[in-house]
Amino acid sequence: MEKLIKKGAEAEIYLSEWLGKEVIIKRRIRKGYRIKELDNAIREHRTKREALLMMAARGAGVSVPIIYDINLYKKEIVMQYIDGMRVKDFIDKIDEENQKKICKKIGKSIAAMHENGIIHGDITTSNMIIGDGTLYFIDFGLGMKSEENEDRGVDMHLLMEAFNAVHKNKKLFEWVFEEYEKNFDEGKEVRKKINEIISRGRYMRRVT
Amino acid sequence: MISLGIEGTAHTIGIGIVEDKNKKCNVLSNVSKMYKPATGGIHPREAANHHAFFLPKILKEAIKSARIEIDDIDVLGFSIGPGLGPCLRTVATASRAMALKYKKPIIGVNHCIAHLEIGRALTGAKDPVLLYASGGNTQVIAFLDRKYRIFGETLDIGIGNCLDKFGREIGISFPAGPEIEKLAEKGRKYIHLPYSVKGMDVAFSGILTAAIHLLKKESKEDISHSLQETCFSMLAEVTERAMAHTDKGEVLLGGGVAANKRLQAIIKKMAEERGAKFYVPSKKYLVDNGAMIAWTALLMYKSGYRMKIDETKIRQNFRTDEVEIKWRS
Repeated sequence: MEKLIKKGAEAEIYLSEWLGKEVIIKRRIRKGYRIKELDNAIREHRTKREALLMMAARGAGVSVPIIYDINLYKKEIVMQYIDGMRVKDFIDKIDEENQKKICKKIGKSIAAMHENGIIHGDITTSNMIIGDGTLYFIDFGLGMKSEENEDRGVDMHLLMEAFNAVHKNKKLFEWVFEEYEKNFDEGKEVRKKINEIISRGRYMRRVT
Repeated sequence: MISLGIEGTAHTIGIGIVEDKNKKCNVLSNVSKMYKPATGGIHPREAANHHAFFLPKILKEAIKSARIEIDDIDVLGFSIGPGLGPCLRTVATASRAMALKYKKPIIGVNHCIAHLEIGRALTGAKDPVLLYASGGNTQVIAFLDRKYRIFGETLDIGIGNCLDKFGREIGISFPAGPEIEKLAEKGRKYIHLPYSVKGMDVAFSGILTAAIHLLKKESKEDISHSLQETCFSMLAEVTERAMAHTDKGEVLLGGGVAANKRLQAIIKKMAEERGAKFYVPSKKYLVDNGAMIAWTALLMYKSGYRMKIDETKIRQNFRTDEVEIKWRS
């Protein structure tokens, strides 16, 4: 039985079962405004890209859901269901010491991704899950491969906005960034980029 | 209050006269003349000469058909940028001369913002995401935190420029969009072209090159169809993303390319699928026109904007998000 748990602009997320396992299915939905040939090609390409990015992230030592199946006909990825909590939902409720621990994990993981040319594209605390003490990153749907500090900066800027809009403790992002800089040589350059991005005033988003 | 606006950023010289009646925009006259090169694209100096030649004529016509006198005008607006330098300078010089001679307050208006404001005024859209698609400009704009912010834009050439350049390859003169639209209607086969959406931005030059290469083996009808479908789908996608991003439930079209019926249908469908409202002004307010400059100058003047003559230097690279939008909250 499939149960719809989230509907985004591009994809729908279902909770389902696959060979006796509880799984998540991410299915890219058809856009009526695009002609069929184009629509199919785009959805197929992005499904592939997302799966490849998840595999690359795993290769970089970042925890992501295990991919069980990719169905390019249905434009869907079947992946491991992570039984845990979204970082967004509990980080405000724990003490500073534990907050700092999680922020360090986040910073280290992003450093590993960026070092390996992976841009997540939508790093918010909604897309991080802690399950069994492990930090998982989900939703690489807007991600891409890039070695540019501009792209890394946009990635980190998004996280900064997410932290500042949703979370009370304003030190959280700084803790993430300290650890990011410690683990990534380009960290200082990325910080400069963030300021440049802020001055452009784009990429301002509503974070819910 | 009555405002006269002069538009002249690129191929079109236009003069519009508007008044605000019960806070609504009432267009008294809107006259324009478009420069069409005999061959090739717009030659900036030729375009500027064209504007200088026709400006006095259409000024008389605009005042006459508005049934007003020069004295009735309360504020004088002109397109200060972005645009082609020679065209902007011609219009700015004429505007300054008029402002000094008739002792009228002068306001330099951002061309892109004018497209958005006239659309809002005439369609009833309140807080839309604007897809501004013209020859030189392709931007997705929305109001946020006192500015019209660009959420997505072209990283290289404007969509209209892409169509014009393709048109030139198949012997269609400037502006090529309407002819390509007709050819595309006859196209049956979709040929894959690079689909270039990067985050919230788009790029057209790679698609253009690919489309030109296809001319060796495919029909121009099929390529036109494929070119339109690819480019317009890209625009729909970034527009939708901006709408999701900003949580806005309205989409508005602006710019000459927005007169394309296929683009309108695609954006309308996108809006329907997400339960949003779709707005498009009539063609004469989609293309460059004087009324949009007049209306925006009026809004600016009423919200407290004043400019001295030496502040009216043209701004070729004027960014949409540089203007503080004092007339909206």
